[in-house]
Amino acid sequence: MEIPYTVAPRPDTGVNNAKLGIWLFLASEVMLFGGLFSAYIFLRIGAPAWPGPHIGYEAVTRASDILSVPMATFNTMVLIASSMTMVMAWASLMMDKFTRYKQYMGATIALAFVFLIVKYFEYSGKLSHGLVPSESNFLAIYFTLTGIHVLHVIGGIIVNSYLWGPGSKMWKVDKQHFANRVEVAGLYWHFVDLVWIFLFPTIYLL
Amino acid sequence: MAELAHAEDIKKHVRIYITVFAVLAGLTVVTVAVGYLRMPILPALLVGLFIACVKGGLVATYFMHLVSEKQVVFWILMLTVGSFIAMFVLFPWALSDQVVS
Repeated sequence: MEIPYTVAPRPDTGVNNAKLGIWLFLASEVMLFGGLFSAYIFLRIGAPAWPGPHIGYEAVTRASDILSVPMATFNTMVLIASSMTMVMAWASLMMDKFTRYKQYMGATIALAFVFLIVKYFEYSGKLSHGLVPSESNFLAIYFTLTGIHVLHVIGGIIVNSYLWGPGSKMWKVDKQHFANRVEVAGLYWHFVDLVWIFLFPTIYLL
Repeated sequence: MAELAHAEDIKKHVRIYITVFAVLAGLTVVTVAVGYLRMPILPALLVGLFIACVKGGLVATYFMHLVSEKQVVFWILMLTVGSFIAMFVLFPWALSDQVVS
């Protein structure tokens, strides 16, 4: 039996089920990250000094004393660029340009890997200096928030890679259905970018 | 979308996407510059979150197509925002009403 309203909009909601589903999922994701952000705020309000006064053997007055702002800035640019290539991938499909779609989606996946590589160097730099989550509340919330965000990036890579590779065969059979899938995957990917847009100043700069 | 959109319409969207990308990149530079000003925490928080809200708004409006989205999506978003605000109100409320033994 065919799943109804995967392409055509439902008469009662005006959108197809895939889009309705992804927006409901993103609503639950807002609450997940919202809970973590509120944990960050209350840890910070309750702390006599933030993020220090001392983490390890170092005196710390600002998060930027132990976190790499240039690396995080670079990663922000990378995620913003990947959001643009993602929306361009969808736009290419809407213009019936499948080869260009493959290029843009490939670029999105590549940029996601660049983000992860930078994150790897950032994490390994911290861990090699003994800056582990158990060292301070600041590091605990830093690793929790950015770690869960990294898991979301990995999830996005898996979905986007499927739509770039084996999943793209659908384009030959049902163009609109495939374009809708890419749009839904794009909504998730833009949300991952959106979360980082708030994480970056909150964790690294304030 | 019952059928693929007209190429001309999408080309207009593409120009908007490129503009939004440029604005987002510019605002990221502004965010970092403000961070290096080492302002007191409250103004730094307000400025930082204001810029983040503008950037988030641009991503949601144009990249996530909220600018042309159906009403049901806005209802979901309003419910989300309401729950989000309620969560942030509940925590300080609970914090101000602790049982002290």
